[in-house]
Amino acid sequence: MSAQLVQFLLSGLTVGAIYALVALGFAIIYNASHVINFAQGEFVMIGGMAAASFVEAGLPLPLAALLAVGGAMLVGLALEKLAVEPARGAPVVTLIIITIGASILLRGLASLVWDKKIHALPAFSGETPLKLGGATLLPQTLWVLGATVLTVALLWWFFNRTLTGKAILAVSHNQLAAQLMGISVRRVLLVSFGLSAALGALAGVLIAPISFTSWDIGVMLGLKGFAAAILGGMGSGPGAIAGGLALGLIESLGAGYVSSAYKDVFAFVIILAALIFLPDGLAGRRRATERV
Amino acid sequence: MLLRAENLAKRFGGVHAVQDVSFALAPGTVHAIIGPNGAGKTTLLNLLTGIYQPSEGGVFLGARELTGLPPHRFAAAGIGRTFQNLQIFFNMSALENVMAGRWLHEGGSLAAAALRLPQLVRAERRCRAEAHSLLDLVGLARWADAASDAMPYGALKRLEIARALAAGPKLLLLDEPAAGLNPTETHEIDRLIRELASRGITIVLVEHNMKLVMGVSGHVIVLDEGRLLAEGEPREVSADPRVIEAYLGVEAR
Amino acid sequence: MASPAAAAPPSASSAPRRSLLALAGAVALLPLVLPNNYTYEVAILVGLNAIVCVGLNLLIGYAGQISLGHAGFFGLGAYGTAILAVRYGWPTPASLAATVAAVALLAWAIGRPILRLRGHALAMATLGMGIIVAVVIATEDRYTGGPDGMSVPPLAIAGHVLAGERAWYWVVGVLLVATVWLAQNLIDSPRGRAWRALHGSEFAASAIGIDPARHKLAAFVLSAALAAFAGALTAHYAGFITPAKASFLHSIELVTMVVFGGMASSLGAVVGAAALTTLPQLLTVFKEYEMVLLGAVLMLTMIFMPQGLVPTLGKALAAARGKSR
Repeated sequence: MSAQLVQFLLSGLTVGAIYALVALGFAIIYNASHVINFAQGEFVMIGGMAAASFVEAGLPLPLAALLAVGGAMLVGLALEKLAVEPARGAPVVTLIIITIGASILLRGLASLVWDKKIHALPAFSGETPLKLGGATLLPQTLWVLGATVLTVALLWWFFNRTLTGKAILAVSHNQLAAQLMGISVRRVLLVSFGLSAALGALAGVLIAPISFTSWDIGVMLGLKGFAAAILGGMGSGPGAIAGGLALGLIESLGAGYVSSAYKDVFAFVIILAALIFLPDGLAGRRRATERV
Repeated sequence: MLLRAENLAKRFGGVHAVQDVSFALAPGTVHAIIGPNGAGKTTLLNLLTGIYQPSEGGVFLGARELTGLPPHRFAAAGIGRTFQNLQIFFNMSALENVMAGRWLHEGGSLAAAALRLPQLVRAERRCRAEAHSLLDLVGLARWADAASDAMPYGALKRLEIARALAAGPKLLLLDEPAAGLNPTETHEIDRLIRELASRGITIVLVEHNMKLVMGVSGHVIVLDEGRLLAEGEPREVSADPRVIEAYLGVEAR
Repeated sequence: MASPAAAAPPSASSAPRRSLLALAGAVALLPLVLPNNYTYEVAILVGLNAIVCVGLNLLIGYAGQISLGHAGFFGLGAYGTAILAVRYGWPTPASLAATVAAVALLAWAIGRPILRLRGHALAMATLGMGIIVAVVIATEDRYTGGPDGMSVPPLAIAGHVLAGERAWYWVVGVLLVATVWLAQNLIDSPRGRAWRALHGSEFAASAIGIDPARHKLAAFVLSAALAAFAGALTAHYAGFITPAKASFLHSIELVTMVVFGGMASSLGAVVGAAALTTLPQLLTVFKEYEMVLLGAVLMLTMIFMPQGLVPTLGKALAAARGKSR
């Protein structure tokens, strides 16, 4: 395997891990409410920007990261409480517009609270590149991959072993039945938004040392995370992860071997092809046949 | 015209919803398909209207094979239906629902519609009049301009029938038309079915209401667990011990 | 998946005709109150956006589909006529007509596979298509001038150049009224009912002989052609275009205008376009707070008026009229 290929694979997996975290955020909210949260990318932005500004203010990195993720979680909870909950009965298209409005609002707030400049977060364990079989590897890459694996494991434990997690799954399968079982759908929605926001912010903190952060990085990241979630089969957790990684790899290999000018396009071309030939996504999840 | 099912089967994964079902429906009679819950009645109906593709077997109208065609071509061939779970166009008024049903006869080009050519204006007037008379037929004259989402359940069941009739079908499949209706409303449905039958439309009824079925149909098909259990005139079928067993279970000894 | 939408629209002729007359009246009388060239410019932009929105509303509000990539068609319309006129020297009426026809053909070709998709998958497919168009436009700078954009010659018919705010105002005004007239005719016809039937219940629509694929495609192609037409006009009016016109953000703006104004209402589409084109202009006064305010306005309007502005106001008006009896 050539060193260049290894390089592309590693950077592909790294950015793919970020897409996977964003996609998971989409999937969790979609499962609880059937809403596509277009503000998801902004949580990534908030994570990176908040952490960067805390570090610039003098706080140690771990604390800054923790506060950033916590802050984003609060924003997610606020979004659910103030914007989504009051609009509960509205048509889905309206809810989508609300989240779009929220993403515009958050971006506007970000440009006011911080600024429109590019910020960097210091790498977690230094900048010295490591050598792996001829390719150079930033230590931050290991942090990204490691943290993502750990997060996915924690999520698996949460959804399968805790009552709250199982309640969220119940709502995603059948909201009415879950309510009849005594599950508070409102609380499930609240937890889903908080959790998705935290995931997004974590992704933002992890990637900021590598690709920097600014007030408007949320838009493209959100779109690609959405694409990854669809690729994996909307609503499927494992699918979101697979979709994110696949997207990251395709993008990296495409940019490296085909054309770097069209880097952003690869993801969407593959999505279009996948949607046309595999309408149910990689996970192949069949929608329950509608009863007529 | 004769609707024929030949060895129809439909599988969903491991579930055999319909297996090896064959029958022929003669014109001019009211037919009924009955069976306990889960027998496959609605699945069969969906097979006969093209919503499901059969896993095996075929559907024939006269000499023509309809198997594999999309649902709108079944409709164009003269097969109409109503739905068990109401599929009313809630974004339109009652009258517009019925007018929509006339698509196969109105159609028209995009340009003629956009430019509102005189022939279209005339056609619209006729369509409106036809829709009004259909609403009269099913007893919904006073609901004509009402928003469909403001109408009571019983009225909506009849609206679906009016809409299906607007397409001018030769064969009309009614999926549980009396479900959720009180005795007075059910009697109305009975009267309506007889009226439609007298106008030459062949009716196929999927129903649980035995009184309605036995009173109005001339030919009954019984399904149980996806298979054809019995077939014949109402009196024969209701006396058939296998049918009784399927509904009520074996008598305890 | 029928969703009870707003109350059934009023009977065939009355309300749509009233709103068309109101629109024609507004277009005719507005110049009496417009003080300067800048306000004319805003009015023209409103009109051009409204043309796109009326078309998009046919797709979203009536046929019940979604498109998050319509700015792609708009951008293709703008760049198509620009490239044909500038790089190949075509006379502008020809470049405009050819571009609209070409985009309609493209929409037909793309629409066939992607309209088989539903809901968020369709949203993603249209979104992806829009982004691909935007990136290609920005990258192929030999043809398009890249991110810096390119200049566009004005529209010239038989030697007469269409220039100046006043002339363009009347042209766009007439075209807008014509578009709304055509749209309302379409909605109140068998084909319009067929589209609305698809939105109401695809199963029931097919049971009365309506072919979902064919009709979704027709709505898609028509709305794409209108978007391209408006895009081409915008290019000739502004004299300059940039890839931002084809961007995802612009696609979202267009959908938001339709939903904000009220789906399944051509008047709603016009009102939505007017509101969301003028609002950012008004908000530039607040400069740095512009985005915050815009986002807040969107959210609050959708939370308190989920069916959109026009249907909600319409219902309130009807209720008030009922009470005063």
